[in-house]
Amino acid sequence: MELTGAQALIKSLEMQRVEVMFGLPGGAILPVYDPIIDSSIRHILVRHEQGAGHMAEGYAHVTGRPGVAMVTSGPGATNIVTPLADAYMDSIPLVVVTGQVATTAIGSDAFQESDITGITMGITKHNWLVTDPSDIPRVVAEAFHVATTGRPGPVLIDVPKDVAQARMDWYWPEPDDLDLPGYHPVTVGDPELVRRAASLILEAERPVIYAGGGVLKARAAEGLRELAERTGIPVVTTLMARGCFPDSHPLCLGMPGMHGNYTAVTAMQKADLLIALGSRFDDRVTGKIDAFAPGAKVVHVDIDPAEHHKVRHADVAIVGDARIVVDQLLAALDAAGLPASAQTRSAPGGSPADASEGGASLPGSEAAAFPRSRLVPWRATLSRWQERYPLVYDPADTAGGLKPQMVLETLRDATPDDTIVASGVGQHQMFASQWWRFDHPYTWVNSGGLGTMGFAVPAAIGAKVGRPDRTVWAVDGDGCFQMTAQELVTASSERVPVKIAILNNAYLGMVRQWQEMFYEERYSEVYLSPDLPDYVGWAEAMGCVGIRVESPEEVGPAIDKANAVDDRPVVIDFRTDASEKVFPMVAAGMSNDDIVVDPSLVGEGR
Amino acid sequence: MSPYGTDRRHHTLTVLVENKAGVLARVAGLFSRRGYNIFSLAVAPSDDERFSRITIVVDVESAPLDQIVKQLDKLIPVVSITELAPAAARVRELLLATLEAAPDTRGQIIQLVGVFEGKIIDVGPDRLTVMLAGAPTKLDDFEDLIRGYGIVELQRTGRVALPMLDRSDQRPRAGAGVTGPAHRPEKAG
Repeated sequence: MELTGAQALIKSLEMQRVEVMFGLPGGAILPVYDPIIDSSIRHILVRHEQGAGHMAEGYAHVTGRPGVAMVTSGPGATNIVTPLADAYMDSIPLVVVTGQVATTAIGSDAFQESDITGITMGITKHNWLVTDPSDIPRVVAEAFHVATTGRPGPVLIDVPKDVAQARMDWYWPEPDDLDLPGYHPVTVGDPELVRRAASLILEAERPVIYAGGGVLKARAAEGLRELAERTGIPVVTTLMARGCFPDSHPLCLGMPGMHGNYTAVTAMQKADLLIALGSRFDDRVTGKIDAFAPGAKVVHVDIDPAEHHKVRHADVAIVGDARIVVDQLLAALDAAGLPASAQTRSAPGGSPADASEGGASLPGSEAAAFPRSRLVPWRATLSRWQERYPLVYDPADTAGGLKPQMVLETLRDATPDDTIVASGVGQHQMFASQWWRFDHPYTWVNSGGLGTMGFAVPAAIGAKVGRPDRTVWAVDGDGCFQMTAQELVTASSERVPVKIAILNNAYLGMVRQWQEMFYEERYSEVYLSPDLPDYVGWAEAMGCVGIRVESPEEVGPAIDKANAVDDRPVVIDFRTDASEKVFPMVAAGMSNDDIVVDPSLVGEGR
Repeated sequence: MSPYGTDRRHHTLTVLVENKAGVLARVAGLFSRRGYNIFSLAVAPSDDERFSRITIVVDVESAPLDQIVKQLDKLIPVVSITELAPAAARVRELLLATLEAAPDTRGQIIQLVGVFEGKIIDVGPDRLTVMLAGAPTKLDDFEDLIRGYGIVELQRTGRVALPMLDRSDQRPRAGAGVTGPAHRPEKAG
């Protein structure tokens, strides 16, 4: 069967079972847009290419499937650079197709030419410039394979216009036909290292599981829960891992890091063992690295060997997929005599049939002694910290506007448990991560590593497209909203009923907080105005329902009204208190020991 | 003094890469992006036309060698990486130099080139172009000695290297790291 390169490209995407793609056409990609008319793939026409990239990310976040975006050459391609960088930092599988000027024009500074493979080399897992139409099916298959296996990440396929127009004989490659001689991700952990990790876990007195985004990428949430429950080891979930372990679980300590809660931060500082699963010791988690968790041994499980020892030396560094390695760890703990569950623990002599054989072979009393009883003092210490240093705000103080925390608590309690929350970057993001209760994996969509303002609106749209059965709220700041709000036009015209809660404090809030705390309240270029733009009018102009909320008693009814709308997007403009700061806080470059809690908690101790 | 100095901070990596457009840019871009210093770099086709071999001498004071190797290994077109420790490698380099060679010094230069087992590859009325292949330290010595005559132009290729042979069985020495566990191509994303 003879096809054009363009037809082969769309057919290849269909072969990869792509159901939806986000994009915006233009000159060089025109040939590839033609066969979309006849394709089963739903194409969502965005208003700016950055929106296409973030929508594809939101889609990938909540579905676990690669997000697909397609844009034209030159400015179309450069407009999607930010989402690529974002996805690279957060290991989101994306396949981005860009048009390119004809091969004969490459290098001639042709109209809308840009060297997008050169530009994106450092922010993609890999990219391809296709120069022969018969390479297209193989390159698409390789691109999806690379994007979704190993440490996931974005890839880019650059397709010159003449390659899309030329004809080729259709084929679909077998797995063996992929030409990737240098790509062999390791997924299974070295058994000896797993045994050593298990023995460190059995010896630890103050262990903490440091769960990162890799747990979600590997779909390891169930295994993590079993590991935590069987060992009794508490879990911190990083910004990228929120929801991988239920916030309402008694072993969950919540988010660590610069704006993490006191207990999560301090548990890591005082731990004697950190079990890092798919986390990368990001500077926002560790604070000053030399002072981070000084007494802790480290077990570091990561599918990317380059993360091992990059920031923090690991005593046991296991290369592998988090789900597989957690299962291996559980088996190793079985073999070492860990009771199968808390119930069997109390009856070591007469273990049920499902208890591990390894356990039966060890003296029962020793097996029973571990590890929960040993962790009692540690758990008690953690509980004491949780009581002493909870997250707090003063709901009665409404003079300066709505408390953002109160808005989030109300929103959280008024929406279904499995609501998907997307956020932008800044104070609202930290408030959302702190005050939401994430009890389900894949319900939190945010820009962690790159910190991309404007992420929320398009990411929420992509998430809603991927999970139309779920309620999707974006929690956004007024600064962020103004960066990508035009995509609400996309949402309205495509009937994607996302809901946006703008925490409008009329400032670039996080920058303001830093200027207040570290620049002697010299507020340089952070004031935005609460009324310009008119968010309600803007929302309505974009086909959304717009609601303004200024007083506390309006918060609940406005949210209920928004939740009742399911045929178009809703934007709520919450007028919030600009003076509210995010606490706790570890100042940049400081030790996590120097965590600053909310001033109202300061009296004794810290 | 030669820029090569002691070799303690310079490690040689021979990197087998797919012979595709842009691969050198990917490797060079990785080094600049992550702040690793390249001391020298040489690229040539390997004996298999699908692959090229890049020989990179890296400055391990700019980053731990382990990190450099692992980041390189993450590049999809990188097929394998061999780390050649200075003591376990045969390292060679080529030097070309055009020298001022007036009649009164020409004889000395020719004699010096002879002592070093180099070659005169071009002759002008008052200049000579000489060639010398050998171990980098030998080239350093030669460069020091010819400097006094007046170097018009000088080029060195950067190093290429192969693991030293184990005389007992003719296989590469274990210390060369060819199949060593630390740098076996464990690809990950």
